[in-house]
Amino acid sequence: MILLEIKDLLDAEVLVGENQMDMEVKTAFGADLMSDVLAFAQSGSLLLTGLTNPQVIRTADVLDIAAIIIVRGKRPSPDTVQLAGDLGIPILVTRFILFETAGRLYQAGIRGCLVKVDGSVHGHG
Amino acid sequence: MADEPLIYENQFNVQGGNFNDAGKVASHIKAILKGFGIPSEAVRKTALVAYESEINIVSYARKGVIHLRLARDQVVIETIDEGLGIADIELAMQEGYSTATDKIREMGFGAGMGLANIRNFSDIFQISSEPGKGTSLKMIIKWRP
Repeated sequence: MILLEIKDLLDAEVLVGENQMDMEVKTAFGADLMSDVLAFAQSGSLLLTGLTNPQVIRTADVLDIAAIIIVRGKRPSPDTVQLAGDLGIPILVTRFILFETAGRLYQAGIRGCLVKVDGSVHGHG
Repeated sequence: MADEPLIYENQFNVQGGNFNDAGKVASHIKAILKGFGIPSEAVRKTALVAYESEINIVSYARKGVIHLRLARDQVVIETIDEGLGIADIELAMQEGYSTATDKIREMGFGAGMGLANIRNFSDIFQISSEPGKGTSLKMIIKWRP
């Protein structure tokens, strides 16, 4: 799918990267914890998140994330938008919640950048 | 390692408490490694460990330095900070253990994954710390030249 189709599918607003809407993406990762994004997201994927601070952009840059989809209609700060512009990382904002955003993308053919993590399920304490 | 000639060497200062710039050094290191044509998986691992280390310095130290040393088949990231230090390293390495403030959590960190991520993405990982003085980390990432 290209970003323009994703924008339409999610009824999203493009805050950064209007001229990159022909970019093709096949995979995505969604989380609000940047340490998990760092550990699991793959380069070239979409990042779905509800966080809006500049660290989201730094994290995306470190991983070569294709584009960021901010969910739940959150508005990033001007600092965040500026940094994304400087680093050339598109930001789309959708009012759909994370679950609905992921469901719509999956139905349209986007897949997780990994399906399951390795190892056994474990808890703390 | 000691005999291996370095291709590139540099060091970067990190200011404690400067949350706005956290990640800047990691982005810079990533760009440098890409410029040298280092394999992308090694660039990703290095940028990741540099980024988590930088977040730790910003979060828990007054100031710190990140050293970058690039050889033919490996990169060494070494960080030295002056800050809170870690009293119980074994506990701090456990996934989920954290002493993070709300400010750190708001940034999407502080869930007790940082040091574990750094260890998991490094081929060699060393940590030493003195409570009240600071923490030093050494990470080596290797690739086939």
